[in-house]
Amino acid sequence: MRQSVRVKTLKIDDRDVGAREDQTLLEVCRENGIFIPALCHLDGLTPVGACRLCLVEVKGQRRLLPACVTRVEEGMEVNTATERLKKYRRQILELFFSERNHICSVCVSNGHCELQSLAQQLGVDHVHFPYRYPRLPVDASHDRFVIDHNRCILCTRCVRVCDEIEGAHTWDVMGRGINARVITDLNKPWGESESCTSCGKCVHVCPTGALVEKGRSVAEMAKRRQFLPYLTLMREGKQ
Amino acid sequence: MSEKVRLATVWLDGCSGCHMSFLDMDERLLEILSKADIVYSPLVDFKEYPDGVDVALVEGAVSSEEDERKIRTIREKTKILVSLGDCAVTANVPSMRNPFGVDAILQRAYVENATVQPQIPAADLPPLLPRSRPIHEFVKVDVFIPGCPPSADTIYFAVSELVAGRIPDLSARARFG
Amino acid sequence: MTVEELHDIAMSEREAQGEYLHHIHVCMAAGCLSSRSDKVKEALEAEVKRCNGEKKCLVKGVGCMGPCAAGPLVSVAETGTMYRGVTPEDAADIVQSLGKEPVSRLVYPTDTPFTQRQVKVVLENSGKIDPERIEDYIAADGYSALLQALTSMTPAEVIEQIVRSGLRGRGGAGFPTGLKWTTVAKANGGRKFVICNADEGDPGAFMDRSVLESDPHRVLEGMAIAGYAVGASQGYIYVRAEYPLAIKRLRTAIRQAERQGLLGNNISDTQFSFHVDLRLGAGAFVCGEETALIASIEGKRGTPRPRPPFPAESGLWGDPTLINNVETFANVPPIIRNGGEWFARIGTEKSKGTKVFALAGRVVNTGLIEVPMGITLREIVYDIGGGVPDGRQFKAVQTGGPSGGCIPEQHLDMPVDYESLVQVGSIMGSGGMIVMDETSCMVDVARYFMEFCMTESCGKCIPCRVGTAHMFDLLTKISEGRATADDLALLEELCDLVQNTSLCGLGITAPNPVLSTLRYFRDEYLAHITERTCPAGACQMRR
Repeated sequence: MRQSVRVKTLKIDDRDVGAREDQTLLEVCRENGIFIPALCHLDGLTPVGACRLCLVEVKGQRRLLPACVTRVEEGMEVNTATERLKKYRRQILELFFSERNHICSVCVSNGHCELQSLAQQLGVDHVHFPYRYPRLPVDASHDRFVIDHNRCILCTRCVRVCDEIEGAHTWDVMGRGINARVITDLNKPWGESESCTSCGKCVHVCPTGALVEKGRSVAEMAKRRQFLPYLTLMREGKQ
Repeated sequence: MSEKVRLATVWLDGCSGCHMSFLDMDERLLEILSKADIVYSPLVDFKEYPDGVDVALVEGAVSSEEDERKIRTIREKTKILVSLGDCAVTANVPSMRNPFGVDAILQRAYVENATVQPQIPAADLPPLLPRSRPIHEFVKVDVFIPGCPPSADTIYFAVSELVAGRIPDLSARARFG
Repeated sequence: MTVEELHDIAMSEREAQGEYLHHIHVCMAAGCLSSRSDKVKEALEAEVKRCNGEKKCLVKGVGCMGPCAAGPLVSVAETGTMYRGVTPEDAADIVQSLGKEPVSRLVYPTDTPFTQRQVKVVLENSGKIDPERIEDYIAADGYSALLQALTSMTPAEVIEQIVRSGLRGRGGAGFPTGLKWTTVAKANGGRKFVICNADEGDPGAFMDRSVLESDPHRVLEGMAIAGYAVGASQGYIYVRAEYPLAIKRLRTAIRQAERQGLLGNNISDTQFSFHVDLRLGAGAFVCGEETALIASIEGKRGTPRPRPPFPAESGLWGDPTLINNVETFANVPPIIRNGGEWFARIGTEKSKGTKVFALAGRVVNTGLIEVPMGITLREIVYDIGGGVPDGRQFKAVQTGGPSGGCIPEQHLDMPVDYESLVQVGSIMGSGGMIVMDETSCMVDVARYFMEFCMTESCGKCIPCRVGTAHMFDLLTKISEGRATADDLALLEELCDLVQNTSLCGLGITAPNPVLSTLRYFRDEYLAHITERTCPAGACQMRR
């Protein structure tokens, strides 16, 4: 059956762009080479709008909207890089750094970390919110992988990839607010998890050095996540 | 020709890696020294931090009462204070003790892991602050150069700009880690 | 059940109650129960029995009478006499006094502004009917609105009345109820849901609990009417597990209504079916946010998701969902019974009807009150509330709980309506109202609410998760006299960030208590910072 998909035209940063009606602002921006930072979003996973880095200004809307979940509309006028948005993005990155113990210099993901590179890209050269220095555990009970909560930014990519792509739902989140953290099974050590298939998808979608392979030293943990759009595409093709 | 810029470098709680990187500027140091005098530095033999410093490059986090006293003096006597490297900018490795508290750390270092004469040193050593913190949490910082360490090129660029009387734009040249 | 059958039940119940000469009402809502009104009721029943007066005197457990602080409360229906602080030992005196002079030492005066300035719509049956007997509700015209809607109105006509009434959401934000109903009614989809938000979580607020405990059928009837109007056949009441009595009475009410054919399949022999189930909240404040509440009903972690799409379009299990608060649904039966115009005559131009408030703090009369929209704060605090006790000075009134703000003396003559409250930096909220005198420190108040928001943040989005924790730390620093002017600047920066970038209402409104106290009481913050003193004498300085 042929489905009709309508095309919408809108203005992003004073540029006229075209989009399918089922596309999000983030998708359209990336297609058109317009940079919008994001840490929780990953192509192939359900967007959750949690990291707030992709907030954009839409004319006529009182509030800022997350580009990852906002659908295009005809005649929409979008601004993606106003001074106000840039300021908020820098502040949000600083909140991430101040929340837990991100010590880039000794991190296995140094040089391959999305948080680190966004900070550089957006001009965060120091964190002016007070660091919180929480005491957090490192779980190395799994044969091949490690979760270091000190470096977790709660983007929940691991939770989503495990649930939506691998179908295991080993990961979830427990606790509230500043005490929230990701857990395996019902907060059992990862190595004792009965649902984990050890597929490693969570490790490779993790934007920071929170989820890593064992045996990697500083700056050695580069992630491979090219598999995700491909997997999703193949699945959609089959359905 | 106008007077030379009065340049200082300071070593607080860091590994001296930033100073090594500073020295890695090699022959470019001479170029800098043609425009600046080093008036205080762990690399030279001045005991007191002098008055009227134009630019101070400070390496290291503020971890002890001594560090705190020093950084406040430096701020008073300096026009442009530069946090050089991740320890100064983020407290970096020194801050890794923070979640555990001073007592636990001293116990671990001087008692649990000591093979001979386990004891926590007390005399003649400045007491540690409860937490090791970045410089800007104590005094106003004018320029931040993140990096562990920042590369010699980055330091050269920053210092050249500073001795020329400009505030360097380090975006795209420096990052944490 | 047909209209006639309903009428018959009402008539026979009224007759049965009319056969008694005396009616003693004992409050059996949570407030009075906590001061053992159940023992008072037992003692009264025993005393009536001892005097062989069972045929002449009815002792009835009823819902909340309002002045909760004066409980246990007992009233004599035919004379309107109200007794306060009643103990089981008082039972004999009360029963003996029936038909004679009231027991003067126990009398709670009812000729005061506290009772006379109130207008009861939502609470019209509260303190009068037995919440555990459907017949008593039916005798008070209960379920007549539902049958009227089902048998003589189209869904569009029902919505028309709600639109005309001007009713707005009583959960806090004040979205026009009629518009919400219209949207859900027009949404595509075979299956639709009605959800009643009874996850009342503001500290000190107990309006919804009181309605559910005192008049549960009213809420069920409102939901059924809504179900008919929008085309839903399943309703959920999401009620917090901390309300065991409300849950028990709701369960009883649902069972009774099902047995009478007022809920269930083919109600009143029409095509309309409507079932109601309870879902118990596990105590997370954020589950009062509609998308988090829906996630929780679905069995997921109770965290909000970005809107749009709004629940009206895609809610429970992706289907169009109407979600209103307890008080909103409780307003529906009288609107259908008396017409939208009747309701619209109460209140102001943009805020219609009445609002229930849980009046607390430094006022003489505390408890549950229902007032017409547009009444001034001064009337509430000084007339109904009886002013500030112990000769102290009024300082501010806090509305809207952790999402609201503190309103100072200079705005006391402002009318209570949605827009005015927003204008002065607060919100209507769900109905918490705390009066404060000069012994309350505004920094401390802001810190209290920030601690609440911090611990109740779900942790999903970063500004709320970390921002509230930073703000709490800064407020603690200020209240302990350890802060600098830079800390205050940082606090204001965080307010702006959290307000503008958070995902849901919890984070968006979390800075409000700080912003409103900064707006009216900045001097107090500065005193903590520069002079290191707390002008109210509430904070412990730690230099």
